[in-house]
Amino acid sequence: MATRTPLSRSIAAHAVLIAYTVIALFPVFVIVINSFKSRRAIFAEPLAIPTPDTFDLVGYTTVLKQGDFFQYFQNSMVVTCGSLFFVLLFGAMAAFALSEYRFRGNTLMGLYLALGIMIPIRLGTVAILQMMVASGLVNTLTALVLVYTAQGLPLAVFILSEFMKQVSDDLKNAGRIDGLSEYRIFFTLVLPLVRPAMATVAVFTMIPIWNDLWFPLILAPAEEVKTITLGSQVFIGQFVTNWNAVLAALSLAIVPVLVLYLIFSRQLIRGITAGAVK
Amino acid sequence: MAALTLVNVTKSFGKTDVIKGVDLEVQTGEFCVFVGPSGCGKSTLLRMIAGLEDVSSGEVMINGARVNDVAPAKREIAMVFQSYALYPHLTVRDNMGLALKQAGQSKAAVAKSVDHAAAMLALEPLLARRPSELSGGQRQRVAIGRAIVRTPKLFLFDEPLSNLDAALRVATRIEIAKLHRDLDATMIYVTHDQIEAMTLADRIVVLRDGRVEQVGAPMDLYNDPDNTFVAGFIGSPMMNFLHAGALGMRSATMGVRPEHLAISRTAGQIEGTVSHVEKLGGETLVYINTATQGLLTVRLFGEHDYRVDETVQLTPEAARAFHFDAAGLRLR
Ligand SMILES: Nc1ncnc2c1ncn2[C@@H]1O[C@H](COP(=O)(O)OP(=O)(O)O)[C@@H](O)[C@H]1O
Ligand SMILES: [Mg+2]
Repeated sequence: MATRTPLSRSIAAHAVLIAYTVIALFPVFVIVINSFKSRRAIFAEPLAIPTPDTFDLVGYTTVLKQGDFFQYFQNSMVVTCGSLFFVLLFGAMAAFALSEYRFRGNTLMGLYLALGIMIPIRLGTVAILQMMVASGLVNTLTALVLVYTAQGLPLAVFILSEFMKQVSDDLKNAGRIDGLSEYRIFFTLVLPLVRPAMATVAVFTMIPIWNDLWFPLILAPAEEVKTITLGSQVFIGQFVTNWNAVLAALSLAIVPVLVLYLIFSRQLIRGITAGAVK
Repeated sequence: MAALTLVNVTKSFGKTDVIKGVDLEVQTGEFCVFVGPSGCGKSTLLRMIAGLEDVSSGEVMINGARVNDVAPAKREIAMVFQSYALYPHLTVRDNMGLALKQAGQSKAAVAKSVDHAAAMLALEPLLARRPSELSGGQRQRVAIGRAIVRTPKLFLFDEPLSNLDAALRVATRIEIAKLHRDLDATMIYVTHDQIEAMTLADRIVVLRDGRVEQVGAPMDLYNDPDNTFVAGFIGSPMMNFLHAGALGMRSATMGVRPEHLAISRTAGQIEGTVSHVEKLGGETLVYINTATQGLLTVRLFGEHDYRVDETVQLTPEAARAFHFDAAGLRLR
């Protein structure tokens, strides 16, 4: 192969990355610009930037007038943050136990916990619904938090236990000799060192939960527990769809994920580039 | 009184036996060094003494009390690790004081102990820093300071100098030796480096494959090794092992230290050609390829001129030679 100069190689790399970025961001871009346009303008010229002529906030006013929108928003936030908290807490604890302690069936337990990565939790929807009905949890946010925690745990345990194996044994042993409890060792010594991995898991766990339509529809369709993804569906009718409102709702729904992502991304990038814990 | 007693201690990880029955007594105030090649089980044995690893069978006693089921923090020991193992989120002062704080001592008492230990190691200027702001040598001194603060019955060191550069290693080695004299403490020190073992130890325990090969003062091991393993491991450069039969002896193997092999250009028992010469100033090492005995090392004091490929004659100093049987055991 001919050797290329670093400059041409860098241009090529940037061209590929920019092309990819444009392709990836294009749908989001289209949603956001159209959410600021009148209905007629959306269909006339879907790719045009809003001009003073076509600029229209009707979508946003419809969404915000649909009084429960903030309630939906709040429900989504509660479900996402709650599930995220439990996935990270239990995932990290299970990962610590699997990587730190030698006990009978350790490997088997690890495999069992990782199995969930390959088997989609939706296969169990009917059983889950029966269980929720039996325990009276239908139409509660608790039901969603429980299901999403179960859904997120396998990947969390899998990723975190790999990272925790790399945390220095000497450090944990020093803690034991100094009289720290296993919980203190876990929370004060190990967790801070796997923070990048935690952020990675957080992002991969959070986004599918925020976007999910399936379980809210089945387990919590009642008005007061609707999530935002489900709530936005009121604008999509069988015969008429209020596109202004749908686009505005989707644009608004991006904001919180974006904020959470920005919070985690510094750690995430470190996690991806470092890959290892010292 | 014995500060540490091990009675037929063994350790298995699943089916692999790592420690295969170790008996040992370490006296109070003694500096005891475990030495052996990498992977022979030194760290495992030390972690068992510390309580970080369960004992598969046998007994561990500290100051006469059985501690098999006592938690590490309650064994009144302190440990210094190869990787320093300082708590990254705490300052040097808090790192050093953590054990006492955990044991429930008052703030004032902890501060006093930390200051005392810091003074011994000249760590005062570093007390407010975090481990990430220290050099490797400073980190290891802090780790040693953290051990001192606890005034333990037993100090455990696991290759504490391995991550330091050569000059720092010598300086820290001297510091540890001085500490041992000042504190009058019992210390157990693990290393794979026989020079560290020779220079620090009151008594050396040579380990191989989870078994004790020989225990003794450094010069006892050097002058009176029990078998070919100890003879080869202690002393640098390594002892030459000759096929005694070819020299008309009755033993299987004859061990001769490089300084006890006479070299001559005119006459000798073994003929060979010089393959390499190392001039170190104070001494010269000559490596000689022989047809009957393989590669042999000769150590000469002062500067000597031998050329590569030159033919030379070697004569072992019979009175200083060690004889071993076919199994490698010493014949006395
Ligand atoms: N947790 C463990 N599980 C299985 N084998 C181990 C474990 N720890 C150590 N070993 C094995 O025990 C042997 C001795 O290890 P170690 O005590 O660390 O040796 P050393 O410190 O002398 O280099 C090695 O062969 C190592 O593979
Ligand atoms: Mg070791």
